Amino acid sequence: MKKENTMSVLLKGLLRENPVFVLILGTCPTLATTTTVTGAFGMGLATLAVLVCSNIVISALRKFIPDTVRIPCYIVVIAGFVTVVQMLIQAFIPDLYETLGVYLALITVNCIILGRAEMFAGKNPIGRSALDGIGMGLGFTLALLAMATVREVLGAGTFAGMEIPFLVDHKIELMAKAPGGLMVYGILIAVVNKITKGKVIKKKEFSCAGCPAAAECAGGCAEAVKEEQ
Amino acid sequence: MDIKALVIILMSSVLVDNYVLSRFLGICPFLGVSKKVDQSVGMGLSVIFVMLMATAVTWPIQTYVLDNLGLGYTQTIVFILVIAALVQFTEIFLKKNIPALHKSLGVYLPLITTNCAVLGVTINNMTDGYNFVESMVSSLGCGLGFLLAMVLFSGVRSRIDESDIPASFKGLPVTLIAASFVSMAFFGFAGIVENLLA
Repeated sequence: MKKENTMSVLLKGLLRENPVFVLILGTCPTLATTTTVTGAFGMGLATLAVLVCSNIVISALRKFIPDTVRIPCYIVVIAGFVTVVQMLIQAFIPDLYETLGVYLALITVNCIILGRAEMFAGKNPIGRSALDGIGMGLGFTLALLAMATVREVLGAGTFAGMEIPFLVDHKIELMAKAPGGLMVYGILIAVVNKITKGKVIKKKEFSCAGCPAAAECAGGCAEAVKEEQ
Repeated sequence: MDIKALVIILMSSVLVDNYVLSRFLGICPFLGVSKKVDQSVGMGLSVIFVMLMATAVTWPIQTYVLDNLGLGYTQTIVFILVIAALVQFTEIFLKKNIPALHKSLGVYLPLITTNCAVLGVTINNMTDGYNFVESMVSSLGCGLGFLLAMVLFSGVRSRIDESDIPASFKGLPVTLIAASFVSMAFFGFAGIVENLLA
């Protein structure tokens, strides 16, 4: 594997390998928690925290975890950190806990975290894995904020709860509901495709990328296909 | 047992609060495996199966073990491990004993381990305070809703494949926008529970 320099490990998550718009990971929280900017920001930071911690621990343990049981091991580490974050938020920011609801627990099965464990932290030293976690987490947060800004401004006429004159009287409520989420997401991916056309990382660098279910199964589907043959 | 309450739970989880289209759980397999109708039926059936099994196991664990011991906060870890183990066992069992079923469902099983819809439904059942029967009905409903959404959407997708789409919208973007219209269609069911059954 070719060695990337430290800066690009950190920065690639922001745009070039943005987990939401380019790698298409973590679609469920992206759609579900972006009705308000505050909720999206909270979700982004919670995911960032879990991602950095789990990347560090998984990277530290990468030489001790047997290859065959690595996915269950990763899941236990991730679920542990999710529980910690969940309890912290419940204790200190109960409003956010209410808003995010079940999606907070579902960070456990967020494709981004398992995906980064599988693609990066399982193969790289601790420092770089932490940087990768920060970069990917920030990329995720920024993407959520972008989605939420569009949806909240158009759907409710507010930004992070502050009313925007004119728009607040002409809101398109559909945007804040389920169909609006899917539509805004589709359009934003198309925009990113347009901007980064030809410059985006080659998809085949990732084992299963291109398949939206890739990181959720973390190679499980590839193994299943292999067994089939 | 109040049959009407169960029917309401079933109808609302299949149509009104459809897991995929209005709660956004299980979006990854929904987008990934909905290219062909037979694939989406296979995936949908596997999800129903795993959801029912997971609920049948996690409900007693939460009620009789975790709550009794004051370990409620370990819910996430315990549930995900139970689901992962369950899926593995199911796969091994099917492979050994019912190879025909394994051939049709087996491919989808590893995909379901970390399907957020499965973890989501088990946690939601606990948060909503359902009893065992209600939990099972709600899981069945969520699974059926998932199957319904998958099959409907695979039909929509086969039409998209034949259309001429602008380059930057090819692939996922247009799929998401199509999903958004299917989700709009499901809005039509919004009042069904209150007006038809109650």
